[in-house]
Parts: sequence; structure tokens; C-alpha cells
Amino acid sequence: MMNVALYFAIGCFAVGMLLNIWRIVKSPSVGDRVLALDTMVINGIALIVLYGILNNTAVYFEVSLTIAMVGFISTVAYARFVLRGNLIE
Amino acid sequence: MMEFWQELLVTFFLVVAGCFGLVGSFGLLKLPDPMTRLHAPTKATTLGVGGVLIASMLQALFSNGSLSLHELLITLFLLLTAPITAHFIAKMHLHQNVPPADLPGTGTGSPWAGAAAQDTQQAEPALAGGPDDKPSVKHSAYNSGLE
Repeated sequence: MMNVALYFAIGCFAVGMLLNIWRIVKSPSVGDRVLALDTMVINGIALIVLYGILNNTAVYFEVSLTIAMVGFISTVAYARFVLRGNLIE
Repeated sequence: MMEFWQELLVTFFLVVAGCFGLVGSFGLLKLPDPMTRLHAPTKATTLGVGGVLIASMLQALFSNGSLSLHELLITLFLLLTAPITAHFIAKMHLHQNVPPADLPGTGTGSPWAGAAAQDTQQAEPALAGGPDDKPSVKHSAYNSGLE
């Protein structure tokens, strides 16, 4: 039963990631692209944690924590770049 | 081996988390304008990841008998940073797409914080020039607000 739910959750987050890629390719503005990238990082964290549950190991927590930090910093960097640099209009 | 109610609890959190994650990513595509699109990923997807992390914590507790608090750290970090990224992206949208005249007053005598970025561009007017002269319009509006 738990394995079925696990694969259901993995499928949901994978479909979400595909929707994010679609949003990145066809996007009305730069802000939406940055938002889609940020959502993709969060979905990736969820997929890594789900993979950790599937294999019953605790190795992937450090990985997901590091990816969470890098994702936050990169989103802030993108926003600062667009606000300051005025190169992506 | 896990008992039935323990598996049921983990399953519940996994299914709820999957639904929230999918709704968050779908809302990013579906909602009509940028400010509403900001809601879906920053709220629903964060909740989805929180559900996954709770399920992971319960699974480790039930199958190994050891309570691990790494996941709480990730949840805390995500819950702290999601509003900050939402704020930054909202400011980006306001700065790019909304003319400064339409923004409400700050009530402090100084313009919106994004306007401080215009000082660096004023030193290099070559950057502001181009096929569209919207940035220069923004400059004049911000400067008149400053004086």
C-alpha cells in the first residue's frame, strides 16, 4: 500500500516538474521563468526525499538540504540581477 | 515491520503531498496574471514538500525506531525562504510591469525600494537607451519622487 502511494507521489511531482519545464519554455515574462525555476527546485527536493523513502536510507537529507539552500540563493540572485542589471527586459 | 495504521498514516501524508505538489505546479500554468501565479508555487508546493518530509520522518520513525529531525530542518528552511522568494519575485514584477505612477505611496517620503536600483543605471545612460524608452520614463518618474 505504501509503495503505491509512494509511486503516486513520485508521479505527481514528476508531472509537476514537466509542467514547470513547459512554463519555462513558454513564459509571458522573466518573473514567471524565475518562479518556475524556483518551483522546479522545490519539486526536485521532494523527488529526492521520496527516493530516499523508497530506498529506506537517510543519505539524501543532506543532499536535499543543500539543494534547498542553493535554490533559494539562486532565486534571490536572479531577482537581484533583473532588478539591478536591467539586462533581461 | 510496520503495522497497518502506521502504513496508513504514511500513505495519507504521501497522497496529500502529491496532490498539493501537482496543484501547485498546475496553478503556475493555469492562473491568469503574474500576481496570482505567485500564490500557487509558494504556498501549495511548499505544503506538498512539507507533507513529503513529514511522511519521510514518520517512515524513519516506524521502520527504524529512530526519530530523525533532519527533515524538520528542511521544512523550516523552506517555510522561511518561500515568502522571501515570493517577495523578491513580486517586487521584480512590480518593477518591470507596473508604472511607478500606479503604485500606492510609501508614506515615508522616499520612493519604493526598487527605485534605489535606478541610481546605478543613471551613471550609465547607454544601458537605458534602446528600442523602447520605458526605462527612461521610469527614471524621470522616480527622480521626481525623490526631490
